[in-house]
Amino acid sequence: MFPINETMGQYSELFMLLAAGTYTVAFIAFAWDLAKSSRALRAVDLKAAAAVSPESSSDAGVKVPVAAGAAGGASGTVGAGRTEGHLAGPAGRAERPSSSVSARAQATGGAAGQTADASMSYGGERRAPARVAVALTILGAAIHAAGVVTRAIGSGRVPWGNMYEFLTTGAFVAVAVFLVVLIRRDLRFLGTFVVGLVIIMLVAASVAYWTPVGHLVPALQSYWLIIHVSIAVLSSALFTLTFAMSALQLVQSHRQRTIAAGGADKLGFMRLVPSALSLENLSYRINAIAFIGWTFTLMFGAIWAEKAWGRFWGWDTKEVWTFVIWVVYAGYLHARATRGWTGTRAAWLSIVGYLCVVFNFTIVNQFFNGLHSYSGL
Amino acid sequence: MSERVKSTKNRPAEESPKDHAPKDAAPMDALKEAKANAALPALGAGGMLRWAWTQLTSMRTALFLLLLLAVAAVPGSLFPQRPANPSVVTQYIKDNPDYGKILDSLQLYDVYSSAWFSAIYILLFISLIGCVVPRAIAHYRAMRSEPPRTPKRLSRLPEYGTLVVPAEAGIPASDAVENAAALLKKRGYRVAVRHDGERPSLGAERGFLKEVGNLVFHTSLIGVLVSVAVGGLFGYSGQRILVEGDTFVNTLVGYDQFNPGTNFQSSQLQPYSIQLDKFQIKFDRESQGKFGQPIDFTADVTTKENPGAPAKKEVLKVNEPVTLGGTSIYLTGNGYAPVVTVRDGKGNVAMQGPVVAKLQGDNYYSSVVIKVPDAKPDQLGFAGFFLPTAFVTDEGISFSGDPELINPQLSLNSYYGDLGLDKGAPQNVFELDVKDLTPLNARNLATKGITLAPGSTYTLPEGKGSISFDGVKRYVGVDIHHNPGQLSALIFALLAVAGLVISLYVNRRRVWVRTGRHEDGRTMVEYGLLARGEDHRLAGEAAAIRGLLQREWGLDPDGPGTPSSNSSPAGSAEPTKDR
Repeated sequence: MFPINETMGQYSELFMLLAAGTYTVAFIAFAWDLAKSSRALRAVDLKAAAAVSPESSSDAGVKVPVAAGAAGGASGTVGAGRTEGHLAGPAGRAERPSSSVSARAQATGGAAGQTADASMSYGGERRAPARVAVALTILGAAIHAAGVVTRAIGSGRVPWGNMYEFLTTGAFVAVAVFLVVLIRRDLRFLGTFVVGLVIIMLVAASVAYWTPVGHLVPALQSYWLIIHVSIAVLSSALFTLTFAMSALQLVQSHRQRTIAAGGADKLGFMRLVPSALSLENLSYRINAIAFIGWTFTLMFGAIWAEKAWGRFWGWDTKEVWTFVIWVVYAGYLHARATRGWTGTRAAWLSIVGYLCVVFNFTIVNQFFNGLHSYSGL
Repeated sequence: MSERVKSTKNRPAEESPKDHAPKDAAPMDALKEAKANAALPALGAGGMLRWAWTQLTSMRTALFLLLLLAVAAVPGSLFPQRPANPSVVTQYIKDNPDYGKILDSLQLYDVYSSAWFSAIYILLFISLIGCVVPRAIAHYRAMRSEPPRTPKRLSRLPEYGTLVVPAEAGIPASDAVENAAALLKKRGYRVAVRHDGERPSLGAERGFLKEVGNLVFHTSLIGVLVSVAVGGLFGYSGQRILVEGDTFVNTLVGYDQFNPGTNFQSSQLQPYSIQLDKFQIKFDRESQGKFGQPIDFTADVTTKENPGAPAKKEVLKVNEPVTLGGTSIYLTGNGYAPVVTVRDGKGNVAMQGPVVAKLQGDNYYSSVVIKVPDAKPDQLGFAGFFLPTAFVTDEGISFSGDPELINPQLSLNSYYGDLGLDKGAPQNVFELDVKDLTPLNARNLATKGITLAPGSTYTLPEGKGSISFDGVKRYVGVDIHHNPGQLSALIFALLAVAGLVISLYVNRRRVWVRTGRHEDGRTMVEYGLLARGEDHRLAGEAAAIRGLLQREWGLDPDGPGTPSSNSSPAGSAEPTKDR
């Protein structure tokens, strides 16, 4: 057992505050990017609308209900056509626009490079605010990492032995996963969401769950703490990403439906966000990884429970909720393979699953009596 | 089983599956309905059964049952549960007289063994079996049959491309197909070449492991359930408190509390023994917030596999159980046991030994109950508190300032009379019922309470005897568990995860290649790919195969022919990264 180093603990808290501050600036930059890019995209859309049907350009300022010529079948407007046509479905799903629509959308839309497309790969155009935001997020993550490491040194063990540590470390993993995904995919449109959630996690940790550095109670002194909880943190971080994507998916699909029905596009900032279908596909892939992680969390938890309490499953409140989360996400995976349950319903399942994760961490830890209670505050 | 399925499912087809599942628990209705259905002429009972079976095993029903299972599990975390905490449930019903009993009749204190919870998971598993078995048969057939016929129009497939082999390369259409077949075989495809005259083609398929993984995953879940059931039938568990120096022998009388499984036989118990030699606790003296909290428990024990076996020294810790005679022994609790000697009114020792003090508050503030049925002429009873480090506030309230024995103190009230033990009715050893007893010492009496430090003796008033506080020992609470289903549950769980990973990350794909000779001598090649289920890397696979074919025939990557993709924009085809 390593000795406690309180000075390191104080450094850690300072780093956490600095990280939260940096993230806040990054959050503003991400929001600025959303606003600026969507204005640029709107301008492009309007121009395209004017080009395709000049006669309707008079009211294009309000909405863009352009007949859009050949593309009319799949998507009623140019605005939707750009996203809808450009993207494309998952292999094996029927709603796949023909390649001709895609080509046309690219030709008329022109701004395809700016928005994250179906594959969410990076486009050619530079988005200065987004670059600033990502740079700030990296800086914040570096400070955050220092906070997590000093916390670990201060307490002489893995930094996830209580709720404060779980939240701060979990928030770091969420940012790290987001940044790692950013290397390959342009998910910068998710920035406000992810960084916003991370700020909330850090603030909640510092305000509601603050705990000084300390030793672990004997029940937590096991290598299973390292295995079981680290996988739980990682899975939760992934679920955080998919929660953000599913929430955006719901908004986007609502927007797409409104536009397709000829309604006004009141959610202009969503232009930067890929189509609902692309969001659904990517969040499905991330959820699949997270589900495997959660299965391991459940299993390793059961193995640890057998070691510590003598039974691998006893319907302890925490076990119940871990099981509920597992079942909800299992339902989500099945929903994706069930007709009538894809799209919006699946997104709701993903959101419900994440709410269960949050509930499991906050309410169950604090207000439900159970064997996991000691891991709390 | 069929009766049950029938009862829930033999309803008009218009009803959605949602209306069926939960209404399972009424056997009388089931019987009536079964009779009514038997009289139906049109479909007949067999037809109805088949229809019910189809409904139950449909994906929508399975999904619905799955979500219902999640919802049904929740009440178990909201209300106290009997298996975990029977006394809390009794108290809860007492505290909530208005709805406590109603909840009980709905089995909300036994959620996980309740009729409704069982109904949901049994239906879910029947549905699962009904889904897995036909799929396994179908998959076995698919694995043995040839890859499917080449579609007429490959260009309709989600991934499609063409290649042109120049005439001077000297590769006729039939050779091109053979080349492609060899390449695909190397890539793990099962290939069938079809030399259909002018337009030879091939069909190829891979990724049969995906469905195997899927089936293994679902079958393993059944295995986990069966393992849990086996554990419940043949397992047992029990608790025992051991004071330093005590020995536990694994027989029924050795347990303080024993919970046998349904099929438990007492002959299952191997008469091993375990003696607690010493129990040590390390307290946190470093951090401010948690000063005085225990950070290490170590129990030194001596074990014997059998009465005649050699003794073995072992260490029992939290998270490090001792395994003995097919059981595991866990350290689950601890506390102090003050050692007392009670002499009765006649001056004889009526009781001597450690008394287990029950933890009540911070720093091992514990309650003590001493019952002395052997005291003569009157039975004696004591109730009070033990404080390892006694402090008294200005208001006269005692508390324990530290978990270690810095200033140990016993403060007791005493009683005499009939303890009620002679009637044979079981009593809680940690509670003293003072209803029929006469108080001797109490704070509100002139005699005041008894306060004892180690080594001191107090003589009871009215010549009823005396009590001495001889010293303090530590005790541990151990749980003893035997679960024969545990290992198989672990194996099935691991199998399930393996199956899950395979089913999510192996992709079932089909490739077709068709070749033909152009009038000018060039060999024209077209290929198409199709995935079964979601496959976001199909475009990458198409590009990889295209690259392989180009290298095989020495074609320029930017030469004639198109790598068109119907499923995703060209930009997403990243064969090197994705693979």
